[in-house]
Amino acid sequence: MIKQLMGCVREYKKPTILTLLLIIGEAIIEIFIPFITANLVNAINKGAEMSEIVKTGLILSVMAIVSLAFGGLAGFTSSKASAGFAKNVRKDVFGKIQTFTFGNIDKFSSSSLVTRLTTDVSNVQMSYMMIIRIAVRSPIMLIFAIVMAYIMGGMLAGTFVVVVPILAFGLFFIAKKAMPAFRSVFRKYDKLNESIEENVRAMRVVKGFSREEYEKKKFNNAADDIRKDFTKAERIVALNGPLMQFCIYFNMAFVLLVGSKMIISGKGTDINVGQMSAMLTYGMQILISMMMLSMIFVIITISAESAKRICEVLSEEPALKNPDDPIYDIKDGSVDFDGVSFKYSESAEKDSLADIELHIRSGMIVGIIGGTGSSKSTLVQLIPRLYDTTQGTVRVGGLDVRKYDIEALRNSVAMVLQKNLLFSGTIADNLRWGNKDASMEEIEMASKIAQSHDFVMSFPEGYDTYIEQGGTNVSGGQKQRLCIARALLKKPKILILDDSTSAVDTKTDALIREGFRQYLPETTKIIIAQRISSVQDADLIIVMDNGRITAQGTHDQLLETSKIYREVYEQQTNGGDSDE
Amino acid sequence: MSKPMDMNAKKPEFNASSLKRVIKMMYHFYPKLVILIVFSILFCAFASSIPAIFVQNVIAVIEKWVETGDWEAASAEIIPKVILLIGFYVLSIALMTLQSQLGAYMTQGFLSKMRCTMFDGMQDLPIKYFDTHKHGDIMSYYTNDIDTLRQLISQAIPSLIQSAAIVMCVFAIMLYYSVWITLVVIIGVVFMMFVSKKIGGGSAKYFVRQQQSLGKTEGYVQEIMNGQKVVKVFCHENDCSKGFDELNEALFQDSFRANAYANSLGPIIMNIGNILYVIIAMVGGIFLISGLTNFSISGLPFSISILVPFLNMTKQFTGNINTVSQQINAVVMGMAGATRIFALMDEKPEPDDGYVTLVNVKENTQGELIETSERTKKWAWKHPHSADGTVSYIPLKGDVRMTDVDFGYVPGKDVLHDVSVYAEPGQKVAFVGATGAGKTTITNLINRFYDIADGKIRYDGINVNKIKKNDLRRSLGLVLQETNLFTGSVMDNIRYGRLDASDEECIAAASLAGADDFISRLPEGYSTQLSNNGANLSQGQRQLIAIARAAVADPPVMILDEATSSIDTRTEAIVQQGMDKLMEGRTVFVIAHRLSTVKNSDVIMVLDHGRIIERGDHKKLISEKGTYYQLYTGAFELE
Repeated sequence: MIKQLMGCVREYKKPTILTLLLIIGEAIIEIFIPFITANLVNAINKGAEMSEIVKTGLILSVMAIVSLAFGGLAGFTSSKASAGFAKNVRKDVFGKIQTFTFGNIDKFSSSSLVTRLTTDVSNVQMSYMMIIRIAVRSPIMLIFAIVMAYIMGGMLAGTFVVVVPILAFGLFFIAKKAMPAFRSVFRKYDKLNESIEENVRAMRVVKGFSREEYEKKKFNNAADDIRKDFTKAERIVALNGPLMQFCIYFNMAFVLLVGSKMIISGKGTDINVGQMSAMLTYGMQILISMMMLSMIFVIITISAESAKRICEVLSEEPALKNPDDPIYDIKDGSVDFDGVSFKYSESAEKDSLADIELHIRSGMIVGIIGGTGSSKSTLVQLIPRLYDTTQGTVRVGGLDVRKYDIEALRNSVAMVLQKNLLFSGTIADNLRWGNKDASMEEIEMASKIAQSHDFVMSFPEGYDTYIEQGGTNVSGGQKQRLCIARALLKKPKILILDDSTSAVDTKTDALIREGFRQYLPETTKIIIAQRISSVQDADLIIVMDNGRITAQGTHDQLLETSKIYREVYEQQTNGGDSDE
Repeated sequence: MSKPMDMNAKKPEFNASSLKRVIKMMYHFYPKLVILIVFSILFCAFASSIPAIFVQNVIAVIEKWVETGDWEAASAEIIPKVILLIGFYVLSIALMTLQSQLGAYMTQGFLSKMRCTMFDGMQDLPIKYFDTHKHGDIMSYYTNDIDTLRQLISQAIPSLIQSAAIVMCVFAIMLYYSVWITLVVIIGVVFMMFVSKKIGGGSAKYFVRQQQSLGKTEGYVQEIMNGQKVVKVFCHENDCSKGFDELNEALFQDSFRANAYANSLGPIIMNIGNILYVIIAMVGGIFLISGLTNFSISGLPFSISILVPFLNMTKQFTGNINTVSQQINAVVMGMAGATRIFALMDEKPEPDDGYVTLVNVKENTQGELIETSERTKKWAWKHPHSADGTVSYIPLKGDVRMTDVDFGYVPGKDVLHDVSVYAEPGQKVAFVGATGAGKTTITNLINRFYDIADGKIRYDGINVNKIKKNDLRRSLGLVLQETNLFTGSVMDNIRYGRLDASDEECIAAASLAGADDFISRLPEGYSTQLSNNGANLSQGQRQLIAIARAAVADPPVMILDEATSSIDTRTEAIVQQGMDKLMEGRTVFVIAHRLSTVKNSDVIMVLDHGRIIERGDHKKLISEKGTYYQLYTGAFELE
């Protein structure tokens, strides 16, 4: 996991290493500053010449300036390194998701991917920064400070034998107690926020049933429950301060008492006042370093969860691979299913598709009818190789789809998904998804075939009308027609409409199909629909039930042969011309 | 459905008064604790700055005795001082423990109270607020903004108080010893403050920008992740990565700058402190050597035993200024968060001046309605008349009349003109029309999610404005196109319609809706837990639970808004049966996508651009061969 994340450092290796060097330099200077300071104090104490005082003072000033430069620069490089690292992680995760196949996408919910790309990366960035700034510095400081304390204080350093284990044990104990408490409270906290989201989303229901008071009570109880847990966890962590203070004070009192005895008994020869005050400073440094170490220990453990979730995405292997020697040319729009079976995961007990035998000639119009869960969508998703078959082969233009370059294949097979959407941007931008270089004429032509040109032109800004995120400012039927136009711009050999005209009225629906016939005679058209009227005039209609093709033929044939087809037809026509 | 989404909730900038208000609210919630904690922090600061003097005293004693080497004699002076010092330490640790424990308790208590205040206030906001604010923005009040507040009150404010107190104490001690050198320290400190304001300000600015960049990136990622399958189908992966790279680069720049400022501030301040230390040492040295007269509160002559504590105090000063400067970000971001939170809290709640209430009644022997607290299944409107002080009871029947209603979501842009609808008890009224024709708007007016601009709506002869909103809505059942279920069991979800319904009543309602069949086949039946808006159920099943929920409330009037669209025809047949049963004997307003579901209505209203252009039953409208006829025969698009 660490290796995988470290791979994202790349061009930010330089600032990272520079940070480490600068920090080490700064730490070393910082260690010596109290040492020189002690000399300065001694010089003053002894009533030394002004020149000596100035000399020591100058050395100290130079050290401070160098340390300032190191520290300031390290602040700069460490930020660059960590922000850059985060940028690369985000880039890699996003890039990885782009290589995902439908099978991979199904595994992760989109909201969890968003969290991974935002909150989780921020957490990892934070701990990366902490590690390069503190994880190196603190141990160095700690070791140096202990060594210096022995050199300067001799016997006096004995205080650390007492204080350090107390602090170490205390910090460890607090961290160990606090971490699970926080982890569980954060989980509850997420749940609380989810319940707020649920409430906001369902506000019409809440108000419609006059449940405001009920919701308040429910929320207040949950919030109070969390408050208790949070307080408990926070109170454990709040012990850090007093513990630290105890150690510092113990150190002070010990040094003062024992130190003064040593100084006086030894008449200032074993140890002098300057050394004693240096001892106090080193004591502080040692304790602060330990505190810092325990802090990053906690931060790293918390962000380890985030790192794990990021690595899950990074190590997800795309389920489909481009062939080694891919074919880029798709001959025609014929589609063949030879004994195809399919299941979404190996562990699934039931096949989603079984024994599919289907042959579509180039240029045909094919309709697919079937209830929800009959695997109509699954069937057509195998054609542009959005999934690979479990058994059997799917052929396009006479060749196994696994032999084609995936991008070339998908550019020839345009699919309008059932759960389709437009992206924020102008209508023209959206349509150009089908073909980046499409001219305005081409766009209008596609739009005319999809019967969207007229309503687009009725907008004051025509094709420059801005579509809001999720396409909320166009109606369902308009959205579907724009999605069809977008697919048409690909000039595909095969066009698949997965229930893509459900919100379009029957007349327009018929006009769209008429346009297909007139302008796309070469293209194979596969249309999944709920309405019989949408497929009635197709060259071939397939009736699906429970993952199998139960009947195929023309409308008239099927009325004779298929019970399911007849039932649906009767249900939809009874009492009127159609259901719309 | 038309929803006004024009007010794009621009987040307000932060202002300092919100900080004051946070403190006021803290005091309001925890008056005793706040005072106790502030005092404790102050004492603690005092207790930890005083020892500086003692340390100095001890050193002075050492200096005095060091030549003699007589520890026995010296200890008589030193030990009492150290004991006193330890006394201070013990007090300081005790106070620190007290304040940090109480602080943890108060912080969480305060945040919890803030959350509840926000949430409670939010429940009382009009629907308009939710229609005009993005849900993600509302959520960020509860997550991001509360978090910044937590930083502010648990860390920034206490450490600011503490540092300020220590600085004050040390300052006083400094003046006690020597005014001249204090002046030098002040000059140094002013310089440090200047530097931290410059750098800290830059860091705060970029942290705010970083938040904005992060928001933009999140928005983009959300859109692409939702449409990932579309991206695949169009082989648009590279273009998406390109778009993402741009945002990612901007985020990197802001994050880098924000952190660069913040990270370099500490070392810079500390080292300016070191230089200041040297300067003080030199100035002190000059004083000592030249024998300049000291000027101080104590009147002590300048000596080495004054210079050394001065040096220590300089360190303390620097350390505290560093602490303060590290909190600048937290304060700025906390204030911005608080400003937004207060904006939510200050939203005006939905006004309700209704005084007519819905009560249970029973009939006495004279046939008069008597109010009762028992559940009689008989309801009446309790209408007090302020003129003569009498109270009249009007039986709840479900008679709804709208007369000449005009309405617009935004002033000046009417979406309904002159709409009149009469629904007698038990009648089924259907609304048909294109998107934006105003169908949903009419139902929004009946239950007063929005208030009409002109005209009248009467319910059982009472102007709906006189009816208490809660009671009005209780009498109207609601099934919406977008099904919203709550986390909890299926039974809990059905019971949402009437909280005191027994299990049997809930099951009966589910049977009526046709939902009992599939619920009892769920692994745990009615106790099956739903989460994430019932994600483990199909669209049709969720709709059936929503219908059961409305059924258990057993209201005289029902509003069904596109309740069966986006369900396939087979499932629809089942849902439709449930709805038909639910509609029996009630006044029903129905908005339907499929015209087959409105055919048997008593009245069908065809809406176009906010006006009723045709009205009548199915037969009449078909024979008129107008818009309805065209819609019905599929000649027109219905969206």
